[in-house]
Amino acid sequence: MSVRVQAAAFDPGAEVNAMHDANVGVGAVVSFVGYVRDFNDGREVAGMFLEHYPGMTEKALLNIVDEAQQRWPLLKLEVIHRVGNLEPGEPIVFVAAASAHRQAAFEACDFVMDYLKTRAPFWKKENTSEGPRWVEGRSSDHKAADRWKQEG
Amino acid sequence: MTIHVQVQFFARFRETLGTESEKLEGAFATVDAVRQHLLERGGVWDVLSEKGIMCARNQELCSLDTAVEPGDEVAFFPTVTGG
Repeated sequence: MSVRVQAAAFDPGAEVNAMHDANVGVGAVVSFVGYVRDFNDGREVAGMFLEHYPGMTEKALLNIVDEAQQRWPLLKLEVIHRVGNLEPGEPIVFVAAASAHRQAAFEACDFVMDYLKTRAPFWKKENTSEGPRWVEGRSSDHKAADRWKQEG
Repeated sequence: MTIHVQVQFFARFRETLGTESEKLEGAFATVDAVRQHLLERGGVWDVLSEKGIMCARNQELCSLDTAVEPGDEVAFFPTVTGG
């Protein structure tokens, strides 16, 4: 299980392959890659800056990873999130879950992304055709995260 | 009881306030008491009254009614937008 917060680019394909290296008990790997788009909310986007809260960011991601491990039988769970300046087409975030059977991996990956979107201290500032702007939070992200609330 | 806390601001709040952190002294019982103290300054500090504000105590997400203790790090920031 690992969490990486980094400015450097990464190769999503290599990361997916590494999910089952040396573990033939892994029967399923589900991965998600989020990319910078060149258009958002009515404006062209030339790039973005990702701010975070050094010190808190990794702890917040580790808490999410820990919770996923408690809820699903996972063999491996990886989270990579980039910070700093990014251009359209570049990967921002990578989440991959490995398990013996597919359902745990699908659900854990979905869960980690929903919680990351609503609980990890990252903020996107887009460089748009009409100047810089901070991306606003979406209520749909909070609704998605609420799906995972457990009774009691 | 008068205590010291280190307050941090991020993203749009940091830009609007023109500062990323400051040390505060006061009789703060909760995170919200720290926020109210800052809101009393008026002007740009009104940004801390916006709906959707998030906060953290000692680098863990918390609610406004979370208790604070001497030496705590308290942070205020807009809704997170990573991923």
